[in-house]
Amino acid sequence: MRILSVKDLEKISEEFNEKLSFPQGVKVNVGMASCGIAAGARATLERALKEHPAGDSIEIRQTGCIGFCEEEPLVEILAKGKPRVVYKRVTEDKLPDVFQDYMEETFSKKLILGQMRDPRSVIEEDRPNPLEKVNPIKGIPFLDEIPFYAHQIKIALRNCGYIDPDSIEEYIGRGGYFAFVRILAEMKHEEIIATIKKSGLRGRGGGGFPTGIKWESCRKHPGERYVICNADEGDPGAYMDRSVLEGDPHSVLEGMLIAAYAIGSSQGFIYVRNEYPLAVKRLVSALKQAEDFGLLGDNIAGSDFGFHVKISTGAGAFVCGESTALMASLEGNVGRPRAKYVHTVEKGFRDGPSNLNNVETYANVPVIMLKGADWFSSMGTKYSKGTKVFSLVGKVKNTGLVEVPMGTTLREIIFEMGGGIPKKRKFKAVQTGGPSGGCIPEAFLDLQVGYDELTKVGSMMGSGGMIVMDQGTCMVDLARYFLDFLKGESCGQCTPCREGIKQMLDVLTDICEGRGKEGDIELLEEMGSMIQKFSLCGLGTSAPNPVLTTILYFRDEYEAHIYDKKCPAGVCKPLFHYEVDEKACTGCHVCALKCPQQAITGEKKKLHTLDQEKCIKCGICYDTCKFDAIVVK
Amino acid sequence: MNKEPVAIAPSPEELDYVEMDKIIEETYGSDKENLIMMLQGIQGRYNYIPRPALAYLAEKTGVPLSRIYGIATFYATFSLEPRGRNLITVCLGTACHVRGAKRVQEQIEQLLHISNGQTTEDGSFTLESVRCIGCCSLGPVVKINEDVHARLSPDQVAKTLERYE
Ligand SMILES: Cc1cc2nc3c(=O)[nH]c(=O)nc-3n(C[C@H](O)[C@H](O)[C@H](O)COP(=O)(O)O)c2cc1C
Ligand code: SF4
Ligand code: FES
Repeated sequence: MRILSVKDLEKISEEFNEKLSFPQGVKVNVGMASCGIAAGARATLERALKEHPAGDSIEIRQTGCIGFCEEEPLVEILAKGKPRVVYKRVTEDKLPDVFQDYMEETFSKKLILGQMRDPRSVIEEDRPNPLEKVNPIKGIPFLDEIPFYAHQIKIALRNCGYIDPDSIEEYIGRGGYFAFVRILAEMKHEEIIATIKKSGLRGRGGGGFPTGIKWESCRKHPGERYVICNADEGDPGAYMDRSVLEGDPHSVLEGMLIAAYAIGSSQGFIYVRNEYPLAVKRLVSALKQAEDFGLLGDNIAGSDFGFHVKISTGAGAFVCGESTALMASLEGNVGRPRAKYVHTVEKGFRDGPSNLNNVETYANVPVIMLKGADWFSSMGTKYSKGTKVFSLVGKVKNTGLVEVPMGTTLREIIFEMGGGIPKKRKFKAVQTGGPSGGCIPEAFLDLQVGYDELTKVGSMMGSGGMIVMDQGTCMVDLARYFLDFLKGESCGQCTPCREGIKQMLDVLTDICEGRGKEGDIELLEEMGSMIQKFSLCGLGTSAPNPVLTTILYFRDEYEAHIYDKKCPAGVCKPLFHYEVDEKACTGCHVCALKCPQQAITGEKKKLHTLDQEKCIKCGICYDTCKFDAIVVK
Repeated sequence: MNKEPVAIAPSPEELDYVEMDKIIEETYGSDKENLIMMLQGIQGRYNYIPRPALAYLAEKTGVPLSRIYGIATFYATFSLEPRGRNLITVCLGTACHVRGAKRVQEQIEQLLHISNGQTTEDGSFTLESVRCIGCCSLGPVVKINEDVHARLSPDQVAKTLERYE
């Protein structure tokens, strides 16, 4: 089937929307993104398919991830006229219970995450809510009543977990490709660019550059132009791009198509990191389907506009997320950045004008085009509009992906949605912006998230990683961790970055191993500011950020390491030891059983002792003890 | 890094040129821009990149060997040394780091008597690390071959490794 007009789309959309909302029998959606699979979703899916093969009255489908990764594997069950229920932690063994629960309408709270109130996406409001006439289940919360989903508005993640990512029809069924096909028929490129500019959309990949301005300047330069998608997602701890690619690859393609049409480009590239094999697989299948539907290739939707997309995989180099390095890598070279006297919008890939945007940036585009710039810019802060996806990870109860309007406070995200810190431990800091970002302490929890807001406190938005840390994270060790990361990732072509990072790392290693001395903190500050000023690319200029912000906000921890030779968090091994707290130990013996060194001894119900000679500080006892009787000294 | 050579991958003479041609010409059209993906294809086949493959790649694509060598050593995923039957990849990304990935890695090192980057003497395991595989919400995560083990604590390491030979 080739799409030639909006009418063609409408036909498919109606048919598949019906199937999505009102299935014939019972429909079961198993969340099969990488995170779900890691939690056991594949076994769940396989068992479900074995028990209910194709053609059965119970239809088994796979979807992407609805974000609440903590509770995965997630399985949603729906049937015409019945509520849509999301079940949590459905490992393979729980599947029979879950099926029975839905069929017999027991709806046990223990198994259920929540019920849906309204499955429509932000672009579907002219359709009625399919659940309008369905009686909700009493005593089971709606998803939006669960704190984790409370502040969320899903634009980039609008289809993740709702559709089968391998089905272009289901994407169209939820309003997909309408923006692009309408634009193709009705809009001039200036109008598209004006809309994106007016919406205030800024790049979601790191720098936050205004997307419309980038498109406009790329269009101005003559030559063969390229539209490139940055799916390198190098920031460890951030995985929203993976989730979009795995859960809704067509939203990115549609965004790229709109960009290509606006800019005047016929060739696109998606640079995906090699560590995301499933994302690559789903992209390959999406490209193929889009070609079959006449939405990619020559003469798209019967017009004279043509656009081809090639997928290239990276090979594990963080620096290749940087625009010029990425383009060098796309050309099949070593990914070394170059100075940007001439911007990539003028001379980038193959020396042609090249527009590079991030996955999430592209995924926002179709929605903006359908709902208008004003709708989009009504959300957010003065200079940061729309929503942003954050990956809420680390020491936080509810981990997962959250998409919130810009301007939501860190406290709302971490403590309301994230549920705070597990095990009654204390919040220490949140790290945003990845290796280029910084650590934000408790004092700034009421900060509204936005590009400039985060920069003001010494961190940055980056790609949206939000790593929560508690009292058990050592900030000096964390700073060392980031520099160690960056030392390995520096491409090595300029001295401040290559040598400077190494020197700073040496000083930090000394501090962590008990060889810190007076003047080290000042030395770190001095080197840091030098590296910031004189490095060639963004990797170098931002490399000192994690060190400088931790010095700024946690200087006392540095001082404890240097002067008292103590690591208060119990991370730097030479600087602490574990002891048994006589008052707290109940003699439950659990730690003694788990200790790989047999360093803990004692009779049941009596005080246990720890042999310092044998202890390797692996921390197993510290994590296992329910009574906090193992303490850091 | 000190990697123990193991006799599990084909020795250089056994390089299958028909297959090499298939990767270079058929799949990637002998296009220089696809060099990185060609190397990935070769690594996918041999588990590492045998040196003669680099020379052959140079011959076929016309790119100087020095440059191909540069690429193969610049990018972290490429290994010029043979690897064990099972590849253990510990995620040392930030989210996993704050949840104790280092301790999991140390536990693996202790149990297998190898350090990061090495292969066990019997060729059964190679230990490597990666900076994030995108399952950060379930950290610490360890990937063994294609399986991702989530929320792995140091005391579960031994039992997990037992499942691989
Ligand atoms: C060292 C370094 C790594 C980067 N890594 C990424 C990345 O993994 N993903 C990404 O989208 N942008 C990354 N960026 C930002 C890109 O250079 C570029 O600004 C971005 O892809 C542009 O897209 P946007 O305007 O839509 O954000 C990185 C920048 C630097 C300096
Ligand atoms: S700052 Fe670092 S990564 Fe960037 S070009 Fe210089 S050496 Fe390479
Ligand atoms: S940090 Fe380990 S998977 Fe992302």
